Order: sequence, then structure tokens, then C-alpha cells
Amino acid sequence: MTQALQELGALIASKRPECVLSYDVSFDELTIVVAPSNIVGLVDFLKSNRSCRLSTLVDITAVDYPGREKRFDVVYHLLSMYQNHRVRLRAAVRADDMVASIVEVHPSANWFEREVFDMFGILFSGHPDLRRLLTDYGFRGHPLRKDFPTSGYTELRYDEAEKRVVYEPVSLVQEYRQFDFMSPWEGAKYVLPDDEKTDGAKG
Amino acid sequence: MDGSKFNDALIGEQKIRNFNINFGPQHPAAHGVLRLVLELDGEIVERCDPHIGLLHRGTEKLMESRTYLQNLPYFDRLDYVAPMNQEHAWCLVIEKLTGTVAPRRASLIRVLYSEIGRVLNHLLNVTTQAMDVGAMTPLTWGFEEREKLMIFYERACGARLHAAYFRPGGVHQDLPDALIDDIEEWAQSFPAVLQDIDTMLTENRIFKQRNVDIGVVTEDDIQKYGFSGVMVRGSGLAWDLRRAQPYECYDEFEFDIPVGKNGDCYDRYLCRMEEMRQSVSIIKQAISKLREEPGDVMARGKMTPPKRGEMKQSMEALIHHFKLYTEGFHVPEGEVYAAVEAPKGEFGVYLVADGTNKPYRSKIRAPGFLHLQAMDYLCKGHQLADVAAIIGTMDVVFGEIDR
Repeated sequence: MTQALQELGALIASKRPECVLSYDVSFDELTIVVAPSNIVGLVDFLKSNRSCRLSTLVDITAVDYPGREKRFDVVYHLLSMYQNHRVRLRAAVRADDMVASIVEVHPSANWFEREVFDMFGILFSGHPDLRRLLTDYGFRGHPLRKDFPTSGYTELRYDEAEKRVVYEPVSLVQEYRQFDFMSPWEGAKYVLPDDEKTDGAKG
Repeated sequence: MDGSKFNDALIGEQKIRNFNINFGPQHPAAHGVLRLVLELDGEIVERCDPHIGLLHRGTEKLMESRTYLQNLPYFDRLDYVAPMNQEHAWCLVIEKLTGTVAPRRASLIRVLYSEIGRVLNHLLNVTTQAMDVGAMTPLTWGFEEREKLMIFYERACGARLHAAYFRPGGVHQDLPDALIDDIEEWAQSFPAVLQDIDTMLTENRIFKQRNVDIGVVTEDDIQKYGFSGVMVRGSGLAWDLRRAQPYECYDEFEFDIPVGKNGDCYDRYLCRMEEMRQSVSIIKQAISKLREEPGDVMARGKMTPPKRGEMKQSMEALIHHFKLYTEGFHVPEGEVYAAVEAPKGEFGVYLVADGTNKPYRSKIRAPGFLHLQAMDYLCKGHQLADVAAIIGTMDVVFGEIDR
């Protein structure tokens, strides 16, 4: 399996050197790091090439790395029901970059791209209908970004006096609990106050 | 079709216009909180725009701030019709990344309960779809069987729906022998009930009128819209992850993959009925294998708790138990995707781990999401009443679509 995927990766890299930055097989999965500029051409090639035949789009998602200059990874999962293999494409994009939409090649990308836009705020150029998908009508912000708080910014309730649903800023009775379970003796990068060891003291 | 194209005398009352209606979010045939904005020309659907997200709970966001084990119960709440199949995907993705192998007995129990989940799901789907098109009785019969199956869930893990039974590295607890006997007894009697439902529906004139040639899916559509599960098999493609990319120990079980011919709602119904029969056969095989396979049900190690007896003897075991349920286990860095053949189709999890005790990002890939997306394509040109039949055979559950 790994061998076959290695060969497939080499084949794709040799056929499309301008798109493929690198490829790697781990856990029996082929991951191809691609340049976002020509994603449509690459996906189309993967779909039509006889030895790839990656005709089904399984998933599109993104991962947020706030510390990186190219903040987001857009990840595509493709499947071939005919050749029985899977390929993952990963493209790093900046927060203000537009990614080309692959709806023309895979109509199933429509909602996936809407979801990624909704959750991460990545814009897809050429998408026919880039509305929010999962969040509330009139929602603001992009929840799956790492700088978006899990509790959100607004909450809603039914107001008996006004006889309608009202939106209010979130007020938590108790601070949102984010426990830090990291053991201080294995792996923690910080030292608790008053816990500093003097230089030369035995560990 | 606003009537303006006709040249005959046009008076105000004659002017025809398209009609927009909201189907849902509180419509019994919408199978949950689905809001469909339908544009109708008379009774013909011209456009169908599904509005989803009414059940969005931010599962993926919540998962980022919880440990791997704490995240497991969220999977029961996705497709709440067959909860354990979802947990299975989460366990497989963690096991893949950590290189853990579940003991054989645990593996067999997982297969057993995955198939019970499949029967649970198909029973609900077939019978509620039948109710959408006008048959009431199969629903009551189907729910009687579902009830028995949920008792098997309860006897294994203590909960009827939110099981949290499959754990990374195995299953939570071993099955008592009496339970295995009862499941076998059920497996003997169930085909008769299935046969009853079959006689009620399969040759029923009304049922056929409502389902045959409705919502036809071709092989090309499958690829274009990314279908999986019964939506694929109903159209004649024998694609089943249990066979194509075997996980757990499905490769040692004998079962057939039923396929349809025409890809319409009726063929999908027939596939589901046959899949239930196949599941019963897998359940029987799993039971006979389980009887010959005593042993542990957890791969004992960092990811799983020590045995109770050990905890009372050994300090290390007690510390391990405490650390496991507070800090949780750490998963090595990496990204993996693991999928199972859930009753509804390919249910996958894409996990990005950063080496800590919490997932950095986990994406849940729900089959219903893609199926529902194709609503506009499938419903176009059908009558309003067919929308309910098509939603029914698509097998949508909003827990997994909205996440």
C-alpha cells in the first residue's frame, strides 16, 4: 500500500511539477503539499488522469495556525472508487489570500467551501454562492479560528417582555474552564512562580 | 413561468407566478431541523435551497479544548440514530496515529455493535421513510425492534443512546455471556419481523408509486456529488468501505454487498432491507467468534485505564488512572484521516494532532452533508410530495450534518 502510494505521489509530482511542492506518505496516507495558485488545474488533472481517477471529493477543510505567516492550511481529501486509493492535498494560504474554488470540477465542493468560509473566513474566488452555511443568520466572526473564543460573543434568549428573541453579549456566571493538565515535571514550558530552581541545584 | 409568454388575453387573475414555500424547520418529514426554501411552479419543484445549521453546536470547536477521551461522547451526539458507529471512527483515527492495536475480542465486539447500529439506523430510516409516503404500521413494528436493540446497547454500556462504549484501544467493558446469548436469540427472531415489514412495503402499490423512479442517482452523479453508502450502492456500484478498505476485522466476515439497479428511492429502500439481513448474518458470525475468544477487551497501556483490581494493589496503576482521567493521554504529532462505513455512508474524521492531550483540529466528515447538498439537483423537476420521499431515502440526520 505504502509502495503504491509512493509511486502515485512520484507520478503526480512528475506530471505536475509546477503544482506539487512536496509529497509524503505516512500512516498509509499520501499527503501532497501543493501551491494554492493552481489548485483547480491539479484537481482536474487528478480527476481525469487514468492512473489517479480521484473522482470523488471526500472533504475540504482548513486548519488555523495563527503563528504562521501563511496562516491557514486548506486541506482537500480525494478518493478514487475505481482505483481504491485516497490522496490528501494541503495548501498553505495567507489570511487575505483568495483560493480558487473547485466547484467547477467537483460540484460537491460547494458546501465544503461555504463551510470553510463560514468557519475560517477564507474566501474562494469563483464560488457561485459564498454564503454562510452553519452559523446563525447574521452571525459575525469565524468560529473555528483559534482567536475566536469557544463561548462566542453573543447569546440569545426569548424575552418575555418584548415577546421576541433577543441577542445579548455573552455573560458567563463562571469563567469558561480551560484546564491546564500539563504535568510540571514533564513537558511544561513554563515555571510556576516561586518554583524556580536556583542555578546548579539538583533536579 | 409567470404567464407573460402567452399571447392570449391576460387578465389579472390569470397571472401565474412561482410560489416560494418554507419546508420545515418544524416539518415531521424533514427528519430534523431542516429548512428547505422551495420554489414551486404549481406542484413542480423548480429550485430547492436547504438552509442547515439549525442544530449547529460547534462540536469541532469544542473538541479543540477537550482531551481525546472527553471528545468521544460528542460522537454519540452526531448521528444519534447509530451512535457507536461514529465513536468507531474516532477510536480508529486515534489508534491509527498512536499505532495501537485493539485486542481481538474488542474488535469483534466493535463489529457486533457496529452492525447492531446499522440495523438500528436502517430500521429507523426505512420505516420513517415509509411513513413519509403514507405507511404507518411498519414504523411501529420497526420501533419495537429498535427498542430491543437499544436495550442491548444499555446492557453493554449503561446508556440507550449516548453510549461512549468504544474507547481508543478497545471497548469499555466486556460483554456478559447472557447478553451475547440474548443478542443471538434476537438475531434468530429478527428476520421474521423484517419479512413482515417486507410484505407490507415491497410490493405495496402506493409505496411503489411513491418511490419507483423518484430521485434517480446515476454513477456520474455519485462522483459529482460525492455520495457514499447506500446512495452509491442503490445505483449499482458495489462500494462499501467494509470491503474496499477493510478496517477492524471485517475482512474475515462473510457478507454480501447488495446493490440496486436503477438508483431510485425504491432501490435504495431494497438495499437497506437487504443490508439489514446481511448485518444479522454478520452479528451471528461475530457471536460465534466471540464465544471462542475470551480475553481482554482493552489494549492495556497509556491510553486505557488499568483494571480495578490492579488499581487497588499498585500505586503506579492508581497514579496512571488519575492522570488518564485528568490530563488524558498524549497523541503524537501528525495528521490522519480514518473513515468507517457508517450506516449512512462514509463517516470520516480528519485529525491534526500537535503532540498534546487535545486535538489541534478535528474535522468530522459526515455523509449526510454531501447527500443533502445534492437536494437541489435531485429534487428539481419532481413534485412537492416527492421531496419528502427523497429526503427520506437520503437518510439525513441533523446531528451529523450540522455538527
